[in-house]
Amino acid sequence: MVETRPEQAERPIGGRERVGVIQWESVPRQIVTVWVPLACFVIVLLFPFYWMAVTTLKSNEELYNYRDFNPFWVHSPTLANVYKLLFETDYPQWLWNTMLVAVVSTFLSLFASVLAAYAIQRLRFRGSQWVGLAIYLAYLVPPSILFIPLATMVYNLGLFDSPLALILTYPTFLIPFCTWLLIGYFKSIPYELEECALIDGATRLQILWKITLPLAVPGLISAGIFAFTLSWNEFIYALTFIQSSEKKTVPVAVLTQLVEGDVYHWGSLMAGALLGSIPVAIIYSFFVEYYVSSLTGAVKE
Amino acid sequence: MASRSEASLWQGRQENWLVRLFDWKPFLIVMCMLPAVGLLLVFLTYPLGLGIWLAFTDTRIGRAGEFVGLLNYELLETDRIFWMSVGNTILYTVVATIGKFGLGLWLALLLNRHLPFKSFLRAIILVPWIVPTVLSAIAFWWIYDPQFSIVSYVLVDVLGLRETYINFLGDPWNARWSLIAANIWRGIPFVAICLLAGLQTISPSLYEAALLDGATPWQRFRYITFPMLLPILAVVLTFSVLFTFTDFQLVYAITRGGPVNSTHLMATLAFQRAIPGGQLGEGSAIAVAMIPFLVFATIFSYFALARRKWQQGEGND
Repeated sequence: MVETRPEQAERPIGGRERVGVIQWESVPRQIVTVWVPLACFVIVLLFPFYWMAVTTLKSNEELYNYRDFNPFWVHSPTLANVYKLLFETDYPQWLWNTMLVAVVSTFLSLFASVLAAYAIQRLRFRGSQWVGLAIYLAYLVPPSILFIPLATMVYNLGLFDSPLALILTYPTFLIPFCTWLLIGYFKSIPYELEECALIDGATRLQILWKITLPLAVPGLISAGIFAFTLSWNEFIYALTFIQSSEKKTVPVAVLTQLVEGDVYHWGSLMAGALLGSIPVAIIYSFFVEYYVSSLTGAVKE
Repeated sequence: MASRSEASLWQGRQENWLVRLFDWKPFLIVMCMLPAVGLLLVFLTYPLGLGIWLAFTDTRIGRAGEFVGLLNYELLETDRIFWMSVGNTILYTVVATIGKFGLGLWLALLLNRHLPFKSFLRAIILVPWIVPTVLSAIAFWWIYDPQFSIVSYVLVDVLGLRETYINFLGDPWNARWSLIAANIWRGIPFVAICLLAGLQTISPSLYEAALLDGATPWQRFRYITFPMLLPILAVVLTFSVLFTFTDFQLVYAITRGGPVNSTHLMATLAFQRAIPGGQLGEGSAIAVAMIPFLVFATIFSYFALARRKWQQGEGND
């Protein structure tokens, strides 16, 4: 932005454009200042996925021959790479592992986060703000600092090479995020509703279950899909705590199991990367607005 | 508020003791906080402390270590690879953050206009951020292939700008820039969407007033958009610096620290020494060495921007 603005800034000094209250930009100028950069951004941001898809569908002779085949297009599409991945490797098993770990740790984190957010935002005890701040700070502790001590803990607890190790450690970054998001969401629900219920003699847990939670469903969905995505994408814990091939998650397995020695099977590697992205992409396409709101909501708070 | 809730507690109804126990506020608070605080204390606070302790021991995989004081750090002080990883991490963080924020802010400003298909554009722009980093990193690994790189193909065979294919990951400096480019690529959507949310909260009437006063586009950006964006910019910057500094996935997936250890970040070096190398103590020492940088980066990016905001507020009054 900073690079392009000064040039734009110099032109209106001539005074012509100051006349109107709203500056109507001419069509050619709008094309150059808006649509061309925007098109570049979209192309650059999406090209790796296009490239993944194209590589997946190519046969080996086409993949390594740029002279006879235009690399940007698939001349004779084949599903051989996908077939090889699904039937000759443990890929379905890896997908299942990732799904299991992501779903269980998401529900575990949501359960803990709802209760914690409710206590911090609604029960309002002394020091609740400090607990909220501490949970926020917990989100700032990166996994790359924690994985070594966690590895020794996981080993000593006998959880090494078990999905339980991942299910228990993923909440360390999911709970702070979800709690923070839900605190913000609970804030937006009028407290009067709960007061009415209290006066009518409802217990606190009844209020949480029957009034606050139904009203907080959009917040729960945001937190849930976000937590699912974060656990699906997690890498360093899964790389460190899981050793046997059939227990690995997709991101780790694609990187460690599909590369055999110095020979990279780019076709099946790209197929693995593409298939591993699809579940998240499907969920994303259904809940785009929730993603955007949770992403921006978490930052704004 | 408190008196009302107290009043409802005293309603003498036929409840069993369990229901009443769960409606007793202190007990309920403890029960509500227990799962979250318990999990975080056991799997976050304790390991953080344990990590710092391990940094001062000579623990290896399968052998409990003994306290060795600053020995690990004395060894690291003369370790050329460690200092190179520190330099790489700082370079990687600084350049990638500048790139992400420059391009992200530009993209956010582009998206903040009245465009057709705006929500669709916003949705597809966020895709690189949603997809697992490692999987998109593998795509970059393939794009950076020495023989079949599509970038080299376009530069050499289509445009004829170069004679030879670029050795993206074989040369230390090329590899560093390639990693930074991949990191920027992945970071742009996050920055752009967050800043776009910030831009949308700025009231259009401010721009109208500035236009009436004859402000140029640069002045409008400098004196309206930028100051109004600062609070959210500070938060996004803090997050971005933190996660770039401790990045592991991209580097591990694309170069694994190679060629000849020249692209190691502190996180990948810590992994390298601790898990495949088995030197848990030394790995922890490297990981713990990130903490001061992180605290400094967080404080700097947060307070530097917060103070500017405060000063500007002061100036305007």
